[in-house]
Amino acid sequence: MKKIFARPMSLRDIDTHYCAGCGHGIVHRLVCEIIDELDIREKTIAVCPVGCAVIAYDYWDFDCCEAAHGRAMAVATGIKRVQPDKFVFTYQGDGDLAAIGTAETVHTANRGENISVVFINNAVYGMTGGQMAPTTLVSQKTTTTPLGRNAAREGHPLRVCELLSGLASVAYLERTALDSSGAVIKTKKALKNAFLNQLQGKGFSLVEILSPCPTCWGKSPEESLRWVKEEMTKVFPLGRYK
Amino acid sequence: MNTKILMTGNEAIGEAAVRAGCDFYAGYPITPQNELTAYMAKRMPQEGRIFIQAESELAAISMLMGASASGKRVMTTSSSPGISLKQEGISYLAGAELPALIVNIMRGGPGLGNIAPSQSDYFQATKGGGHGDYHCIVLAPSSVQEGYDLVFLGFELADKYRLPTIILGDGMLGQMMEALELSAFSSQPSAGKKPWALTGCKARKPNIVKSFYMHEGGLEEFNKKLQKRYRQIEKQEQRFENSHLDDSDIVLVAYGSMARIARSAVDALRKKGKKAGLIRPVTLWPFPFDIFDNLLRKKKKIKFFVTEMSYGQMLEDVRLAVNGRAPVDFFGRSGGGIPTVEEILEKI
Ligand SMILES: Cc1ncc(C[n+]2csc(CCOP(=O)(O)OP(=O)(O)O)c2C)c(N)n1
Ligand code: SF4
Repeated sequence: MKKIFARPMSLRDIDTHYCAGCGHGIVHRLVCEIIDELDIREKTIAVCPVGCAVIAYDYWDFDCCEAAHGRAMAVATGIKRVQPDKFVFTYQGDGDLAAIGTAETVHTANRGENISVVFINNAVYGMTGGQMAPTTLVSQKTTTTPLGRNAAREGHPLRVCELLSGLASVAYLERTALDSSGAVIKTKKALKNAFLNQLQGKGFSLVEILSPCPTCWGKSPEESLRWVKEEMTKVFPLGRYK
Repeated sequence: MNTKILMTGNEAIGEAAVRAGCDFYAGYPITPQNELTAYMAKRMPQEGRIFIQAESELAAISMLMGASASGKRVMTTSSSPGISLKQEGISYLAGAELPALIVNIMRGGPGLGNIAPSQSDYFQATKGGGHGDYHCIVLAPSSVQEGYDLVFLGFELADKYRLPTIILGDGMLGQMMEALELSAFSSQPSAGKKPWALTGCKARKPNIVKSFYMHEGGLEEFNKKLQKRYRQIEKQEQRFENSHLDDSDIVLVAYGSMARIARSAVDALRKKGKKAGLIRPVTLWPFPFDIFDNLLRKKKKIKFFVTEMSYGQMLEDVRLAVNGRAPVDFFGRSGGGIPTVEEILEKI
């Protein structure tokens, strides 16, 4: 019988620590599928974030480096500059990339570092138990916005793709979502573009992925997918930004 | 014969790094070490190495983490407020067992302080600085030549023990011009001998560089391993310079630029017929405890006098070393004032 679906070689066969319905697991697999397809596992160096994906290196069967919270792109810059022939990507949540690491994000993009960035936007801080993220929607309840995010006090959700799209050195920006299998396929395509860009020396590429966090949203996995589609995409329109 | 040239301490440290095979430099401007960053901006590309002006010291030290994790020789330089920001990354380097050379050309604090030479970051450098149970090796040059030489040693020790090493200088040393004997370009004995480096998992199992230990007992086990290494360093790497210890009744203790002034004070005391000597710690961590012990075992009637450009930071280590066996006096100034020979003589 022909095998039509298998675990990517770059993904280890271990139990997951992610919650049911979490988007991280999906994107971990997509990343590994692409690395297999491009046959770059042996030249890949990933930079893992501080966030729910902190132990991504337990799943990924290639070289990985830790970074302090928010500093993944600075670490990736150091790796890529001394090993330009390697494939270097960061994998970061919205607290990591768009709050504590905003300066690193803007400046790594602005230097046009030839790296790929996988950005998981789940509108909350997952690892620390569901606090407000810079991407939290207006009136969304979190543990630190118990009455809902108030735009007058906490500002509006930070739109990273829109923010970076004004930078001349950025090569590629796309926002996708994980709300359906079709959307997952689109996400994979965008990630592959971002990875190929680096292999072709085109410079800084980032894919922002709207991703469910059922646990911190207080929703079922199914409701969470609907929320991504119906609420998140209104504030974070999908598509190519650069 | 090697010819001598004139160089500032800042430039000498930069040239030493280049000649010691530094592959990667990232820094952020701050006085009184701007000449050093500018020197690296000029010299690193000339040798085909990497220079990056980072967006902050937080980013600079994390860039070092990436380049060091790649198995390369890495350096960053800054001054006090910038070094405070780098503590985050220094703790991560220590936790991930990554070698790196960090130069602090100290200025006055706390806060923004001023740009005058100071030695008020001794605690920060020697007692941890960032979070966690770790140490950096700390080297304190007192001349331009020694600043140059300690860069080579600093890189070697960082590689040997897999930890961040700090060169603790001050604004005086950084800006001062002195004759310097340059050495040849040296090869890195450790190059290619870093099996833990992230170079892509070709023909080997994947490597992970991390400081995170979630499983039961994992971090404690790792910390024990670090502590064992620290004890070994304390035994093997104490360095100091001394003079006249054989016949001294009073021993001045000073490091870095301050030791130059203390040396003049010792000479002045000797001229007056006083039996004065000097201990100048070169490694501030590991602090050279043994020389104090040896001296106190031989001599019963002796006094120590510590002088610093701070209000008494190394003083605490000297007191620990002496452990109540002899009087320890102190004179220090910081925030712009530098103790003078006259002031020292008056206080003794
Ligand atoms: C300097 C620092 N501050 C705070 C934390 C605590 N912390 C860990 S993860 C995290 C937020 C992670 O959220 P996000 O980046 O959105 O990733 P997610 O967990 O949602 O995937 C925080 C604040 C830390 N580890 N280090
Ligand atoms: S808390 Fe949210 S982001 Fe973290 S693993 Fe659970 S579902 Fe995923």
